[in-house]
Amino acid sequence: MTDTLTKTVFGRLSLESLPFLHEPILLGTFIVVALLGLGLVGVVTKYKLWGYLWKEWFTSVDHKKIGIMYIILGIVMLLRGFSDALMMRAQQAIAFGDNPGYLPPHHYDQIFTAHGTIMIFFVAIPLVVGIVNFVMPLQIGARDVAFPFLNNLSFWLTVAGALLVMLSLFVGEFARTGWLSYAPLAGLQYSPDTGVDYYLWSLQIAGVGTTLSAINMVATVIKMRAPGMTMMKMPVFTWTALCSNVLAIAIFPALTAAFFLLLLDRYAGTHFFTNELGGAPMMYWNMVWIWGHPEVYVLVLPAFGIYSEITSTFTGKRLFGYSSMVYATVVITILSYLVWLHHFFTMGAGPTVNSFFGIATMVISIPTGAKIFNWLFTMYRGNIRFELPMMWVVAFMLTFTVGGMTGVLLAIPPADFVLHNSLFLVAHFHNVIIGGVVFALFAGMVYWFPKAFGFKLDDFWGKVAFWGWVIGYWVAWTPIYVVGLMGTTRRVNHFDDPSFQPYFVIAAIGAVIILVGILGFVMSILVGFLKRDQLKDTTGDPWEGRTLEWSTSSPPPAYNFAFTPVIHDLDAWYDMKSRGYARPTSGFRPIHMPKNTGAGVILSGLALVFGFAMIWYIWWLAALSFAGLFAVAVGHTFNFKRDYYIPAEEVAATEDKRTTLLAQGA
Amino acid sequence: MSTPHETPDTRGHGNGHRIGSLLAIVLTVIPFWLVMNGSPLSPGWTVATIFAFAIVQIIVHVVFFLHLDTRSEGGWTLLAFLFTAVIVILTIGGSVWVMYHLNANMMPMPDMGNGH
Amino acid sequence: MTDHALEPQAEPTWYLTEEEGHHDHGAAGPTILGFWIYLMSDALIFASLFAMFGVVASAYAGGPVPREIFDLKLVALNTGLLLASSITFGEAMPHMEAGRVGPVRFWLALTGLLGAGFVGIELYEFAHLIAENAGPDRSAFLSAFFTLVGTHGAHVTIGLVWIVTMLIQLGQHGLNAATRRRLICLSMFWHFLDIIWIGVFTFVYLYGVIR
Repeated sequence: MTDTLTKTVFGRLSLESLPFLHEPILLGTFIVVALLGLGLVGVVTKYKLWGYLWKEWFTSVDHKKIGIMYIILGIVMLLRGFSDALMMRAQQAIAFGDNPGYLPPHHYDQIFTAHGTIMIFFVAIPLVVGIVNFVMPLQIGARDVAFPFLNNLSFWLTVAGALLVMLSLFVGEFARTGWLSYAPLAGLQYSPDTGVDYYLWSLQIAGVGTTLSAINMVATVIKMRAPGMTMMKMPVFTWTALCSNVLAIAIFPALTAAFFLLLLDRYAGTHFFTNELGGAPMMYWNMVWIWGHPEVYVLVLPAFGIYSEITSTFTGKRLFGYSSMVYATVVITILSYLVWLHHFFTMGAGPTVNSFFGIATMVISIPTGAKIFNWLFTMYRGNIRFELPMMWVVAFMLTFTVGGMTGVLLAIPPADFVLHNSLFLVAHFHNVIIGGVVFALFAGMVYWFPKAFGFKLDDFWGKVAFWGWVIGYWVAWTPIYVVGLMGTTRRVNHFDDPSFQPYFVIAAIGAVIILVGILGFVMSILVGFLKRDQLKDTTGDPWEGRTLEWSTSSPPPAYNFAFTPVIHDLDAWYDMKSRGYARPTSGFRPIHMPKNTGAGVILSGLALVFGFAMIWYIWWLAALSFAGLFAVAVGHTFNFKRDYYIPAEEVAATEDKRTTLLAQGA
Repeated sequence: MSTPHETPDTRGHGNGHRIGSLLAIVLTVIPFWLVMNGSPLSPGWTVATIFAFAIVQIIVHVVFFLHLDTRSEGGWTLLAFLFTAVIVILTIGGSVWVMYHLNANMMPMPDMGNGH
Repeated sequence: MTDHALEPQAEPTWYLTEEEGHHDHGAAGPTILGFWIYLMSDALIFASLFAMFGVVASAYAGGPVPREIFDLKLVALNTGLLLASSITFGEAMPHMEAGRVGPVRFWLALTGLLGAGFVGIELYEFAHLIAENAGPDRSAFLSAFFTLVGTHGAHVTIGLVWIVTMLIQLGQHGLNAATRRRLICLSMFWHFLDIIWIGVFTFVYLYGVIR
């Protein structure tokens, strides 16, 4: 009787579901996280910052603040994802022969699953979306994105997904099925516990956020460009942001559908991906890779945009072959949709299908290679300033090219039959993701940081971050390429052959060097903040930039531009500077802006509760939170007062301050 | 910019809508009739016919009900529609193609599992 | 570059001193385009469900086959209801442009009733199938059938909630920029669902019965 009552109230949640009570590693983690969390809450409470955070940040619809919040989320989750990486490297370095290592398979499997899931969905995506959010509207001369409230909601849905993943550390456990949770392993029959449910619900909630954000960004680029900015006068970063988000809209539905069907298998007893009653497990692979491969390009296209902006700025030249860069981006967008099967060449599709997808995969390297030449020719005879962002670009070109070449190697189906599921493949995709995407994110954060906060990052610690990442990458992954080529498979937590141990020890050392790089980056922010008066950017244009975001103050005012700019040429700000643009100092008008709203936080909070209730089979709570979600969403549409005017006097005051600042700087 | 109702949005309404409705009704009734009353065509041709009618009807709906044309929203809605159509064809066609080959190559033999 | 040629000497205009209207009001705003893009992404979710159905369309697992379970008369009735609702929604739109709120609400309410009829019949069909031991857990084919048709039905249900919301808001505020914009989006949503249904009745029901 009491048993059924507990089941009704708590679902399958019980004291047994708190693994940190009996696992020392988790207990330690839990204590550290709890102390950090309490400390943070204490500091915020002590300095009475809750109101400020709620009013100025959490409920903000300002694309700049949302962009910054995305980036903070990405960095926090990077620390979590990277600690998973360190644990795996440590385990693989010691677990040889008689030594089982310190992580039992049950725990190790959760770690590699969480590492991949977090790094792609909660590090790479938030960082890319954050930079696009912050930079793109400024580059096109807009005051905000097309749908500011939606932007806030997208962010908080991503946070809700991230929170669910973090919750799985301490309440229940995470999936042990690999970062894409292949069926039938991820079906109820083989994974009956909460792990896969955590995985599915967190990614489903975050995925809704990503899709909505992509729709928002595309509508922004199409509808909000300043007058005169035709498509072929858009900055390259804006172009890549557009293509990346178009691609995201095209692929995320496939992932949403695949997860939806797997959820139905797990909750409603359907037979989409089961082994019985006609289920087709390989269809799950097919659908997740229809998403999965283009997703790489969703991440790497904006990265290419960042490299393009930086190369052009730090060589003091217009980008070589702007239009070929644009066409290459568009071609990649379309081609990337035609290659998904190369992730399962070995699953028996046969020669016809494999040849098609193999050739399509190789063809993609052509526009990508063209881009590398564009950057090289931009640098050729340019007046190159090797400042930190430019150093990241050069490191990218050297590192990424190797990753691209191993990719072409893997695109050959017979070679893939040898290398499939090996550590060679793992080394390949870390090569392109770290060398291509992560380096770009650091380059972009260093480059645009002064725009966001009004001071530059500390250069010394920035260089520590740079060398840590670049050296660490090569030390960590070269040995993995080697053991992979020799046949070591991925996702293994113990090895019998001791001759491989030196390679894994070197890889672990490389991971520690990368850790130095990560800590160096955090230090460059802290030291930069402490030395902010010395590193201050009074001009708004610290790097002699060429695009519109450098024409406003650093940080930009809430309304970005007091008057909407008119564009005459590519590299609009360079054009303005070289043709005698004078900044307007009078005649300001009231500016029409969207109001902040808490609806995004509330909806996402309800989505989080709903996900948690579904994971633990707490049906009453799931029904309640779902009804709440629906009611708040419909209720929000009854709020018709969503905008306000910044009065002309306030605009004038803000702009006058900048006039004084500019005069002091000059 | 105070032209009444922004841009006059009369396209498609009235006549266009009625024509669309009529076409949609005809294009729905014929395939149902073909299947329910025993088609005079061979099964292959019947299938081809109902699919052709479906495609035509989708176009009718998009043009007459959703008012898609080259001018609205600067051509962006048309571009988005065409891009989506390509992706839909790739998703459905590609999946069925891939899965057909996978099944053909990897299907267990009829006597597998009954052998012992 | 052409701009340089066009204005050789004159000082170029660098910024607008007069702001044109507001970005987010009326047909010039981004909402219609944004909603259209959302519909495209929704269409791709349906594309994935159609692909899933296509892959397991013959995976009966010894269970019932389409010919035994599909009642085409019922499907024809349902198709008629949904098409009729699309037509009645189309009747509302010219009234919206002319600013006549009464007829708009009448046609909208009629559309909602037809839509409710559609959902009701679909629920009846589902209940009937489950009672005949042809539920979604019987075979992969039935899983895909229930999911595809059910997802469409869920969309129609959301459309019904939206219609009721619109009827209330039209009563409160009449036709203003916001309610007009929402009506246009709702009409796009409703017609979109009818288009998906064309795929469903052709691919799932008619083709299923002939196969």
